[in-house]
Amino acid sequence: MTTVLKTDRPAGPDAKLAPLPEWSEPVTSAVWPRNDYSRVPYRLYHDPSIYQIELQKIFNGPVWCYVGLEAEVPKPGDFRASYIGETPIIFNRDEDGSIKGFVNRCAHRGAIVRREIAGNAQTHTCIYHQWCFARDGKLLGVPFRRGIKGKGGFEKNFDMANHGLQKVHIASVYGVLFATLSDDAESIETYLGDKMYSYFKRIFDRPITILGYHRQRVRGNWKAYVCNPRDNYHASLLHDFFGTFGLDRTSQVGGVTMDARHRHCVTWGRAEDEAAHEASRATYASEQVQSSDLTLREPSLAQFLPDRDDDLSVAILSVFPNSIVQQIGNSMAARQVRPRGLDEFEIFQTIIGYQDDTPEMLAHRLRQTNLIGPAGLVSMEDGEAIEIAHRASRCEWDTAEVVELGGGGEISERDYRANDVSVRGFWSYYAEVVGLEPAGAVR
Amino acid sequence: MTPDLATVCRLFAEYGLLADQGKYDEWLELFTEDCSYKVIPKENADHGLPAGLIYCDSRAMLEDRIETLRAVSKCNIHTDRHLIGIPRISTEENDEVLVEAPFSVYQTEQEGDTRLFATGLYRDRLRLNGAGLKIREKMVVLDTFAVPSLLATPL
Repeated sequence: MTTVLKTDRPAGPDAKLAPLPEWSEPVTSAVWPRNDYSRVPYRLYHDPSIYQIELQKIFNGPVWCYVGLEAEVPKPGDFRASYIGETPIIFNRDEDGSIKGFVNRCAHRGAIVRREIAGNAQTHTCIYHQWCFARDGKLLGVPFRRGIKGKGGFEKNFDMANHGLQKVHIASVYGVLFATLSDDAESIETYLGDKMYSYFKRIFDRPITILGYHRQRVRGNWKAYVCNPRDNYHASLLHDFFGTFGLDRTSQVGGVTMDARHRHCVTWGRAEDEAAHEASRATYASEQVQSSDLTLREPSLAQFLPDRDDDLSVAILSVFPNSIVQQIGNSMAARQVRPRGLDEFEIFQTIIGYQDDTPEMLAHRLRQTNLIGPAGLVSMEDGEAIEIAHRASRCEWDTAEVVELGGGGEISERDYRANDVSVRGFWSYYAEVVGLEPAGAVR
Repeated sequence: MTPDLATVCRLFAEYGLLADQGKYDEWLELFTEDCSYKVIPKENADHGLPAGLIYCDSRAMLEDRIETLRAVSKCNIHTDRHLIGIPRISTEENDEVLVEAPFSVYQTEQEGDTRLFATGLYRDRLRLNGAGLKIREKMVVLDTFAVPSLLATPL
């Protein structure tokens, strides 16, 4: 049967897993072996108390999470369900064209108000006692508020204005919707910073279309996955397809760009010409990295057709804590990493194209969708790598993983690819937000 | 020529067994030269969204998938077991028939634990000619579109 790991572990003879070691002392900033985050303690992936802290301080805290795209709700009344951490939310378009958001949990007894994932509606009514809410979450109506024949109902001083749905702040970055539950978050412009903003502008420079969705459930911890695209090192080694067919190599011109606080990043690479391609193959051979000698029968699968005035063939934007927007060749998608407890997460991916794509370009993008997602030729291995790391580190309470490709110490941008420095950037901001920054920590 | 139910069932029996045994060369022989093979999440199919998890619109692409699976991709070490339900032969056009069949695939990992990996509906176009009955279009509409772990081996 399924062996999906849950934070609530079954007890007794049916237990599939041995109980985890008890961490009797609460986590403190002493958890970090080094103050440059070049060692990440496995405890941060497995201690249940850490997960509660993350839900409170990160996902309920002053961060912005990608939740969807304006193109998914083009008309007034269009709505879509999404998540901030594990909190279900709805975003929808109002009559004036603005996007409103609310926590999808009834203000009365806590039931899911809007059960469908997507649709179009004037108002949102909970099925349980039919409390009815506006698109901004305001309470519009309560059945039997005055009772029946003068008996029962709510008291006279029951104020509808105090019983709306919890507001979600929504901001649009060139049509990409970010949301926060906190009233104290920075503006989205400050949060992303100019450099990240410009990369969003580059990808969302013209009207998009929604080509579909991919979902993947991985038995691992959400943080291991959000650090994965920040790690240039693994791409061409784990994903042999990249190296074999030359779509992405650590030896190609590229690097990592970060915001001033080093919490977000863009890992990028430029398309290689034929000579560079051959030189790269030689570099990999000299490192004893096995590269299969294959030829694609349908070469367009690995062909990059530049569709704007630059030669970036790979650009992966990671926004703290759990948002990713990617261009890999001509496939483009926005990814939301949805934590589902300590031991499982969902990768929810929205695949996009452009309204002005020719039929040929659309066909090319759909073919290159083979590269990404749970069956992706350059991504399927991530699911396995994260699951085997999660499984093998479960009982490690005083050891740590190594993150120091490109050196330890200062966290800074790099114009070469053999580095994983932006993984340390993630942990540095993580430590700050959850209140676990060690003394003298680099930022 | 219209294939009878038994002929269609025999094709699906071969299809499932050859995939589960990893005999991919023989499995590929069940497809026509102008075939396509797509795995589409049900939430995309229901809304007319074209993106697939696996999207091979030519035999060349399907062969690339299989070659990549054998030589390049790394996946969870497991065996598959296809359970294919009784097909419904719904339409005939010239020498082609449209066939729908429910399916499930269970995965068993190295230490013997089995889980339901996928269930859904095959919506196939089959062609009957001198070479026998072959798959012209394979459309796997995946009910289990929250894919557990990863999808590498064919459904």
